[in-house]
Amino acid sequence: MARVVSLRDAIAGLVEDGDTVALEGFTHLIPFAAAHEVIRQGRKDLSLVRLTPDLIYDQMIGMGCARKLIFSWGGNPGVGSLHRFRDAVAEGWPVPLEVEEHSHAGMANRYVAGASGLPFAVLRGYRGTDLMDQTENIAPITCPFTGEVLTTVPALNPDVTVTHAQRADRAGNVQMWGITGVQKEALLAARSTLVTVEEVVDELAPMPGQVIIPSWALTYVAVAPNGAHPSYADGYYERDNAFYREWDAISRDRTRFRQWMADHVLEAGSGAGVAAI
Amino acid sequence: MTAVDTAGGWTADEMMTVAAARQLRSATTCFVGIGLPSTAANLARTLYAPDLVLIYESGCLGAKPNRLPASIGDGILAETATAVITVPEVFNYWLQPGRIDVGFLAAAQLDRFANINTTVIGDYAMPSVRLPGAGGAPEIAASCREGIIVVRQNRRTFVEKLDFLTSVGFGSGPGDREALGLRGRGPRTVITDIGVLEPDPESCELTLTALHPGSTVEQAKDATGWDLVVARTLHETEPPGADELAALRRLTTTLETNGTP
Repeated sequence: MARVVSLRDAIAGLVEDGDTVALEGFTHLIPFAAAHEVIRQGRKDLSLVRLTPDLIYDQMIGMGCARKLIFSWGGNPGVGSLHRFRDAVAEGWPVPLEVEEHSHAGMANRYVAGASGLPFAVLRGYRGTDLMDQTENIAPITCPFTGEVLTTVPALNPDVTVTHAQRADRAGNVQMWGITGVQKEALLAARSTLVTVEEVVDELAPMPGQVIIPSWALTYVAVAPNGAHPSYADGYYERDNAFYREWDAISRDRTRFRQWMADHVLEAGSGAGVAAI
Repeated sequence: MTAVDTAGGWTADEMMTVAAARQLRSATTCFVGIGLPSTAANLARTLYAPDLVLIYESGCLGAKPNRLPASIGDGILAETATAVITVPEVFNYWLQPGRIDVGFLAAAQLDRFANINTTVIGDYAMPSVRLPGAGGAPEIAASCREGIIVVRQNRRTFVEKLDFLTSVGFGSGPGDREALGLRGRGPRTVITDIGVLEPDPESCELTLTALHPGSTVEQAKDATGWDLVVARTLHETEPPGADELAALRRLTTTLETNGTP
């Protein structure tokens, strides 16, 4: 059964230096509050996994949390580049960042294999691309039934997966809806898990398109109101598109970035969420 | 944005987007990336193809936004979709089996066989520009029945040799797609701000087949980093009509005001 605890206790209990950590949420329900708590607790040498690093990993990379990034699309959606990510790759600032990159299909299937208890996933993908030359984690396989050559990618089993959801009940069953991305697969692939939620309610009223993750499949649930801001939580608040645009200027300059993080993340308490931005 | 063409009252970017949207007149399903492809696909749905099924990699099948989405996961896409599915499902059940007609892609670099780079400029280990990377593009390029590429034409983008091959067009020429097991037919057309390029049926090499009004062959050749082949019969694109321009400008205005107080 998932334990419902504070965000601070959940991160302290789960994330250790050197861990492989996935904070997932495909544009929607990105767990920013949890990432900020990881930053406040000073974790480092993490291997960060995520299809779209987005602002959440730009912040963690810029604060020196990451040694490695495993991803498939590293931009600021609808705006442009992730400047902290680019600075880490090009200049090694603040620490060198190793990258392992895939396609979305490859990453999604790596979580599917991880959730399924299989060593690898098979797909039609990558063939003819230079992506295959940059990592050993993309390899061809011959189908034993048809002889066709296909592509395999190894399972991803993060030490910790963190996602954000709309709500949980008091027993720790989690309910999310809207765009649910790869969250279910990323949670079920992980050795331990945290889901932050907007609120805990007595009863989870059914919602169209809902995904329910039973409490017994999770480690921790923590309440983090506004915990996906500046991304959004369907039914609670909209995406802060203006902040995604502002981030371009904030993140371009190392000093301004560090000052922003000091003001809005480091000095904010664990209970503050990101509502003050 | 390029300067307004004084004769027609439209920009080269507007011409490019309208020309790309017209390509979707007969399509039934389209896998859409954000940016120019999303603008063109939504313009097509507004003007010519109200039943066009737009598929976004966030898992929104049949999205019908009344404004341009700010990202592939914009709430308007989920709210207006026929179905919202997971990311593994959109790639494994819908794209991979070849259910989608047209894949709409952009490019940072493009070569004569319509192969695409969106990964790095320069050396992979020490890039001069680190680009966002693959996203959904390699499998969109592989598995859609055919592809349309929308990209501004200049020597930085139209290169003799890609710095990195992210998504396959025709590889190194005829027969490569079949040999690689890529089941879609490959790119059908490349729409630029200067004109239209199509693969030669024999050699698969991109050939200039149309110029937008006001553009010249010399301009197209100057903007291409290889010796550009020009079709014997060169068409001129019909300029954007008043209805097309009005619809496009209405759409782009919704994007500019989206999310700002």
